Amino acid sequence: MTGASKGAVIIGASAGALEALSVLLPPLPAAFPLPIFVVVHVPSDKPSVLADIFDAKCNLRAIEAEDKEPVMPGAIYFAPPNYHMLLEDKQNIALSNEEEVLFSRPSIDVAMESAADVWGDQLIGIILTGANQDGARGLQAISAAGGMAIVQSPDGAYARAMPEAAIAACPQAQVMSLPDMAAYLSRISG
Amino acid sequence: MMETFEKIEDIEIRLLLEALYHRYHYDFRDYAMSSIKRRLRQAKENMGLATISAMQERVLHDPDMLPQMLRYLTVQVSEMYRDPSYFLAIRQQVIPHLRTYPSLKVWVAGCSTGEELYSLVILFREEGLEERTLFYATDINPDALHQAEAGIYDAERVRQFSESYRQAGGKTSLSDYYHSHYNRCILDKSLRRNVVFSDHSLVTDQVFGEMHLISCRNVMIYFDRDLQDRVVGLFKDSLPRQGFLGLGAKESLRFSTHANAFRDFVRTEKIYQRTDS
Repeated sequence: MTGASKGAVIIGASAGALEALSVLLPPLPAAFPLPIFVVVHVPSDKPSVLADIFDAKCNLRAIEAEDKEPVMPGAIYFAPPNYHMLLEDKQNIALSNEEEVLFSRPSIDVAMESAADVWGDQLIGIILTGANQDGARGLQAISAAGGMAIVQSPDGAYARAMPEAAIAACPQAQVMSLPDMAAYLSRISG
Repeated sequence: MMETFEKIEDIEIRLLLEALYHRYHYDFRDYAMSSIKRRLRQAKENMGLATISAMQERVLHDPDMLPQMLRYLTVQVSEMYRDPSYFLAIRQQVIPHLRTYPSLKVWVAGCSTGEELYSLVILFREEGLEERTLFYATDINPDALHQAEAGIYDAERVRQFSESYRQAGGKTSLSDYYHSHYNRCILDKSLRRNVVFSDHSLVTDQVFGEMHLISCRNVMIYFDRDLQDRVVGLFKDSLPRQGFLGLGAKESLRFSTHANAFRDFVRTEKIYQRTDS
């Protein structure tokens, strides 16, 4: 169904995620060639509206992933509440009900580690604002697999703990402001 | 150049799963790899082993390893009335159909430690259908089945279950169905009167009866697409026309080769009904 695209983007965010993603995702052009996976810490006991919000705001289609959802280039996939989202291969998303990791389900680390296994050096990993340590290990895995690691500048972040933890774990990461990150991603073409 | 070769760890995992299959007839070979890989890495770390190959050696030569491996490879995360709206939909929309049958069979496939089974038994009792229903609770993990059969849960978890029970349309209080002993809640053994606990593998075993309702939530997410197709086929063959299949909140038959054999019954709750095709 899908010719596997040339790469993928995976984004992790927590406290302040909605505002940060609202700067990052809407500028991306309709022809953006890569799938984008987004893991946000959302409450586990109620439905999330993130996919609906960004589907309306973005040039790209935003969906909440279901199990074995096919991966399409230029689509934004949000991890659903109360499930881990993993990349099974370049064509399929898999969900998991396993224990919380760092008190989080979905966990950014879990998603990023599986994405790093699948996409290797074709992956761009991004850590945004957040008040915990999730994502640091995942970003490190992405970098270790040859992928590109990007972190939101802690000074511009609503909560600086998560970007700071990511930078500490992955010192080679590029630190950028949100507008610079949006511009960087927008330059990626098929 | 490297890219054309399978990663060493992937080879080791495939060989380990082969070893488990040939040695013990537990078949994880068609499980979703992303999650298996994660859990085997955890197992390797916790067991202090350098490689997955080292784990393979132990699996082959030490039978005591099997229960440990099953603990890692089967995910035992379950709650009573997880997603209360699912159980409310069963109560309000599925039960009225089931009422029209003189006798009923319900299959909780992949029942793990029993939380979902008891959720359904209590619901059926409150709706006056328990007496005419035979419940089958199946799993591949014998330890999980024993726990299911015991029906004993931590009091702290049961507090959450009680709230979900209420949201799921529970008619009394969940505490009417258990008694507390220290920090444990022991479910009333009468809830097991009509339950058959059985070792059954969705991967390698066959249809064992005609069911009116199959509930299999967050079990197939651990299977790859081909294995999911096999299992949905098994459910299809176990359900008469108008029989019901309930899946987890983020599971779907959209991507299944058997999609045509089912229609949405309660779309938002992933409750499907068997059609003629």
